Amino acid sequence: MWAFIKKEFFHIFRDIRSMVILFGMPIAQVLLFGFAITTDIKDVNIAILDNSKDNITMELSNKLVSSGYFILNDNLKSNDQIEAAFKRGDIKEVVIFENDFAKKLKKEGKANVQLILDASEPNTANMISAYTSGIINTYSLELMKKSFKMPVSIITDTKMLYNPELKSVYMFVPGVITIILMLVSAMMTSISITREKEVGTMEAILVSPLRPIQIILGKVAPYVILSFINLIVILLLAKFVFAMPMYGSLILLLLESILFIVMALALGILISAISKSQQQAMMLSMFGLLLPTILLSGFIFPIENMPLPLQWVSHIMPSKWFIIILKNIMLKGVGMAYFWKETLILFLMTTFFIVMSVKKFKLRLE
Amino acid sequence: MEENNIIVVEGLYKKFGSFVANDNLNFTVRKGEIFGFLGANGAGKTTAIKILSGLSKPTSGKVIVAGCNVKHEANKLKKNIGYMSQRFSLYDDMTVKENFRFYGGIYGLSAKEIKLKTDHLLRKLDMVENKDVLLKKLPLGWKQKLAFSVAVMHDPAVVFLDEPTGGVDPITRRQFWEMIYEKSLEGTTIFVTTHYMDEAEYCERVSIMAEGKIEALDTPANLKKQFKVETMDDVFVKIARKES
Amino acid sequence: MSVSVHINSIEKKFEKVEALKKLSLNIEEGELFGFIGPDGSGKTTLFRLITSLLIPDGGNIKVGELDSETDFREIRKITGYMPGRFSLYHDLSVEENLNFYASIFNTTLKKNYHLIKDVYEQIEPFKKRKAGALSGGMKQKLALSCALIHKPELLILDEPTTGVDAVSRKEFWELLKKMQKTGITILVSTPYMDEASLCDRVALMQKGSLLALDSPENIVKKYDGDLWQLSSSNMHTIIADLSEVGSGIKNIFRFGEKVHITSNGLNLEEVKSVITEELKSKGHNNIIVEAAKPQIEDCFLDLMEEN
Repeated sequence: MWAFIKKEFFHIFRDIRSMVILFGMPIAQVLLFGFAITTDIKDVNIAILDNSKDNITMELSNKLVSSGYFILNDNLKSNDQIEAAFKRGDIKEVVIFENDFAKKLKKEGKANVQLILDASEPNTANMISAYTSGIINTYSLELMKKSFKMPVSIITDTKMLYNPELKSVYMFVPGVITIILMLVSAMMTSISITREKEVGTMEAILVSPLRPIQIILGKVAPYVILSFINLIVILLLAKFVFAMPMYGSLILLLLESILFIVMALALGILISAISKSQQQAMMLSMFGLLLPTILLSGFIFPIENMPLPLQWVSHIMPSKWFIIILKNIMLKGVGMAYFWKETLILFLMTTFFIVMSVKKFKLRLE
Repeated sequence: MEENNIIVVEGLYKKFGSFVANDNLNFTVRKGEIFGFLGANGAGKTTAIKILSGLSKPTSGKVIVAGCNVKHEANKLKKNIGYMSQRFSLYDDMTVKENFRFYGGIYGLSAKEIKLKTDHLLRKLDMVENKDVLLKKLPLGWKQKLAFSVAVMHDPAVVFLDEPTGGVDPITRRQFWEMIYEKSLEGTTIFVTTHYMDEAEYCERVSIMAEGKIEALDTPANLKKQFKVETMDDVFVKIARKES
Repeated sequence: MSVSVHINSIEKKFEKVEALKKLSLNIEEGELFGFIGPDGSGKTTLFRLITSLLIPDGGNIKVGELDSETDFREIRKITGYMPGRFSLYHDLSVEENLNFYASIFNTTLKKNYHLIKDVYEQIEPFKKRKAGALSGGMKQKLALSCALIHKPELLILDEPTTGVDAVSRKEFWELLKKMQKTGITILVSTPYMDEASLCDRVALMQKGSLLALDSPENIVKKYDGDLWQLSSSNMHTIIADLSEVGSGIKNIFRFGEKVHITSNGLNLEEVKSVITEELKSKGHNNIIVEAAKPQIEDCFLDLMEEN
């Protein structure tokens, strides 16, 4: 058995191309997704609703517009106009100064600015609000030093429209983990098994006294380890390159991931049992596993927005449940009590696929 | 150089790193000749065939095939040669007719030519009723005969046959050789490798390679005389054993 | 230790194609038995049935007392199998391949080195080389070593000499003869008719049926009818030029440097005159017709014609 695993590692490490796939892809994906959403902002259309119209709000408005990040698209007259302005679709943010802004600042040392953002592109919205608050903060420091000689604070209150929870910020990390684990585990195992069928070495192994479970374990053990390493790499990248928070238990996350990896490996064996060539195995894993994982797991398109039949289909996607679990652990930081159902579903799926794959794996050629 | 020589090889060297696969090969093959190219596994036959058919470039030396220098006229060369091997032959998932049409198209034959040739060849092979059968349904011997017909469909000056009869039954093997004779009488040069030693006797001249060099080259009768043995098998063994 | 093999009216179909048609034969303990036939004659299918990689549609196979269907695990333990494509890992070295095959049979190269010494010695200098970089002859020897590493009682070799040059083939057969002396039963298939004479007994196979089953000497002895060989000044057109020769000539086949002729009851003089006349009219000289000794391939051709 150990010899089997060793041999499998030889295959992997001597094949540069699969090495690149195994380790290059997760890194490339994380970086791609990560950087694709942390783009700089420039010339963002905003509207200003100035309820005070005093020298400070005017000056602050000027600061915002002259920063180069924002273009003043509209001066609004009242709160009623805000929604219409967003609906026209050309502005991303409305900055609202409260009544008697300068007066309050002088009297009470604080005043409120409300930022309302279109969060349908959550990453952009986050960036815009951060830039706006930044400019406002700098300005309030200037005010403190020059005009007031006393501590003043301009309080910014941010409100996200359309997507209050900023759903897809960091969402890509659970998604990428899922895709990578699926890809490495299912695709690589199915290809490596069908390769042995093609080259003819499977015939010699089958004729040995090894039992199917031994052959399967020997083939998949290396991929469990590799998938696990990949998982760690992705987590490290998310943490150190994108400063992604990790609220929940790491141990729990790793345990759930192992469950998912085992499920994907079982799927890989199933695929290899029904495909005759490496090419077929590749196609099956691409179109049968990878695309549905990307499209139907809620990774890119929210499941609740899908037509009902597709929502049903998404229920049988193991990756959907895994993504929910990951989000719960990583982003919400909740414990098992909140996702035992999903875990159970994943567990049952895993058992099902393992039983199927051991059954389907034939000790004969037909 | 004689007008009649369709293949001229002078001082052909091919090195892979420090390994010399072809060590100073010199030979010529006449137009319409059946030339047997034998040698042990790993003697450098495959390398030489790749160079002669323009798939690989010689390290040094002059190689002229069908009037083209293989070094810089590989594309022109490929139009004038045909190639067939046991491993690479026809598409299993296409019918007989589709294979003809495909390869005819590759070599730039017009639709009309392809149709004429296909009809003619199918009649000759007695396979007219099988023209719409998928190739994988046919026995190996038939496939190999078809593959040969396809390889010479565009009337190439030279056709390279790499172990064309491996695993084919003895009757079909002989029918295959009759096809070879017929084509050579039409003026096509046949350059053939085989592990069947009786087939070496069917060639007009035979070269035997060992460790990158041509160790013997003559008619089968002369080779047997030269090595004082009864069969080509013994000639082959004498040459290859001497090396190891 | 060796074991006998009993094949009892075995049948196997793939979709509509009958790969084996009620084939029966017995192989004795310690025999070197050859299955001779072209591609598609059913040799590989038969071997896969014996190793239980396939299940027969009818009939049964016994290896010693073991049934190929129900006792397949036991059979696999005592069988060494070398599939048609050599079954080597091209990205592993010679040594790694051997170690791997040893380990899946629960043994090690060290422990069983003596079993494969004769074969392995010849490739041991290259033990660090990747199997993919070996020549055909060396691959074949490595595959044989892998099949022998667990001390099998039955060795099944599917076309071990296909695509291998004549010299390596000879060496391989010499090795098999040596192996046989250790008492192992060896089944080997080959498309090369000339290798038949190296076996104790052979089965000539064609399209899933037996054409003949006997020792090579007996098969040749049983060849009925007379055989003549012919040569002339122009061997290249000789077959074509004889295509219209009628009156009593049955078969005309190229046979190395000669042509072999069979007839329907003609004697040498009659054949000579028929052939000479025909060839002379086509411009041949030095026409020699003489009696020939049949070879296995003549028998095969003859039996093929009969079926």
